[in-house]
Amino acid sequence: MSSTKFILGLFDDPDVMMHGIDQLQKNSVPIYDVYTPMPIHGIDDKLGIKSSRLGYAAFMFGVLGGTTIFSIIYYTLVHDWPMNIGGKPAFAVPDFIPATFEWTVLFTAFGMTITFFFATHLFPGRAPRVMELRATDDRFVIAIDAKGNVPHDDITNILKEAGAVEIKHNDRKYVSYE
Amino acid sequence: MKTHNSFDEQYQFTGKIKTWSLIAIVIGVVTILAGFLTGHQQRTFSNLLLMGYYFTCACTAGVMFCAIQYAAQAGWSASILRVPQAFGKVLPIAAAILIIIIVAGLKMTHVIYVDGKPHVEPYLYARWATADLHVKSSGIYDSVIEGKSGYLNFPFFIIRIIGMLMIYSFFGWLLSKYSNSEDELGGMRFYNKSFVASAVFLVLFGFTVPVFAFDTIMSLEARWFSTMFGWYNLAALWVSGLSIMALVLIYLKKQGYMPWVTMDHIHNMGLFMFAFSVFWTYTWFAQFLLTYYANIPEEAAYFYRRWEPDFMVWFWLNIVVNFGAPLLVLMSRDSKRYLGTMQVMCVILICGHWLDYFQMIAPNTINTQERHWYWGVITWVEPGVFIGFAGLFTFLVMNALSKFKSLAPKKHPFLEESLHHHI
Repeated sequence: MSSTKFILGLFDDPDVMMHGIDQLQKNSVPIYDVYTPMPIHGIDDKLGIKSSRLGYAAFMFGVLGGTTIFSIIYYTLVHDWPMNIGGKPAFAVPDFIPATFEWTVLFTAFGMTITFFFATHLFPGRAPRVMELRATDDRFVIAIDAKGNVPHDDITNILKEAGAVEIKHNDRKYVSYE
Repeated sequence: MKTHNSFDEQYQFTGKIKTWSLIAIVIGVVTILAGFLTGHQQRTFSNLLLMGYYFTCACTAGVMFCAIQYAAQAGWSASILRVPQAFGKVLPIAAAILIIIIVAGLKMTHVIYVDGKPHVEPYLYARWATADLHVKSSGIYDSVIEGKSGYLNFPFFIIRIIGMLMIYSFFGWLLSKYSNSEDELGGMRFYNKSFVASAVFLVLFGFTVPVFAFDTIMSLEARWFSTMFGWYNLAALWVSGLSIMALVLIYLKKQGYMPWVTMDHIHNMGLFMFAFSVFWTYTWFAQFLLTYYANIPEEAAYFYRRWEPDFMVWFWLNIVVNFGAPLLVLMSRDSKRYLGTMQVMCVILICGHWLDYFQMIAPNTINTQERHWYWGVITWVEPGVFIGFAGLFTFLVMNALSKFKSLAPKKHPFLEESLHHHI
């Protein structure tokens, strides 16, 4: 029983790597993930990745921000201490809109940043967990979980035939832990 | 992905759409004649100006779309450029109709009584074009209007409008001419020429379009002015133009034309419609908030009129339809990638911006005193004239589209990029 946890196929060209994905899928080898130095069009559809839910998080943060400031303004300027400003009624909604808009944007921006950090485990001061360091430089990496039933040599052969420049059998999932 | 398309297919303007657009034109003509013959001249003129302006703006938006794509060297839109080019080709006709409406509105007069004294008043632009406003002994003399008469007088007014519309029409014609020549001869020459023409057009257009809005619409309320008004109208022009463009694209796609138009192109149009609806709201609100906050009588007069019971519902419905609907519906990715939703949103925004123009124009031109908001403000004349102009627009644009030898600029340098557009 080998101690290999992950098999990595390293490619030096995105098109060749896309071909590699096709070959693996044709042979029913489940792909764990793909790491590339730049975004590649169409790869989400090919890997069957569901579209991000970050947008829904953004919407909820926006609603939260808008509600928060509107409540604050309502409490201070309408409920607790109404003032006569330019002869307007205390509850002058148009005047509140710019501030409500600003807080909506502010909460959305901060909220999305925090959500992104949370989802990707990227916190300030924390070493990012990476499977292959060159995936951030010049290699397009397909990662395959070695626990599957497919014999490891077959996976290696498929990757080699598809044009991988290097194939790694890693005992550890990540090369960098904090 | 289909990579080989036949670009030589021409659009055939026949069948249902031709019949229906002709029927709509007949409905419009009948409505206009009935409006004049049943004593609704004032209301008919108001609607003619509204739809003439809307028609011109929609065609101008086509020229603006082409110019922006060329000036930004955008690739995604290359394969759909024939549709805005067709809009641009119709612009001279739209401009001529608008000019005829304006001249007729200024020259045709009726008599009104103020404190028992008769005054001869034109049907359009009565707030500055009534001769008695400039006569000291007339009883309705207005020193403010008199002070503006160096700018707001018949010859200068007409010269400005004709001049601006000629410039826009010329560039619309030029861009589609370059594109047709490019189809025949190929090469980068015509693309570079289009780039220069677009840059020149955008400079001229950017500086003159607020003046166009000031003259055609804002001068109906001649005592009032707002520096936001030009941009507010530009935003309305652009959103309604994009909605009409998207609707035409969806129609063509459903009819089996332009098979290279994918959901990614429609998605992009949806993005534009969403973004510029928000921009429209920004200009609308910027104009409104400053007036509301300062509450200076001469500035508030415009909104005061629109807050009277007969117009107030329409005034608020305007912002709900043109801001609320695109915000809630078009924000998510999925709704922009579904033809049905996009089609409904296009129709909503087209009607919404009709309402937008309506509440800019009607409170100054239609006397609705002692009537209810639901009947009296909008009568049979409004939908009739709208249907007539919608038919005319469809007929002329589809006819212009059928004149193109191919439905895509087949030698456009960015065509491949557009065919593989993916978002």
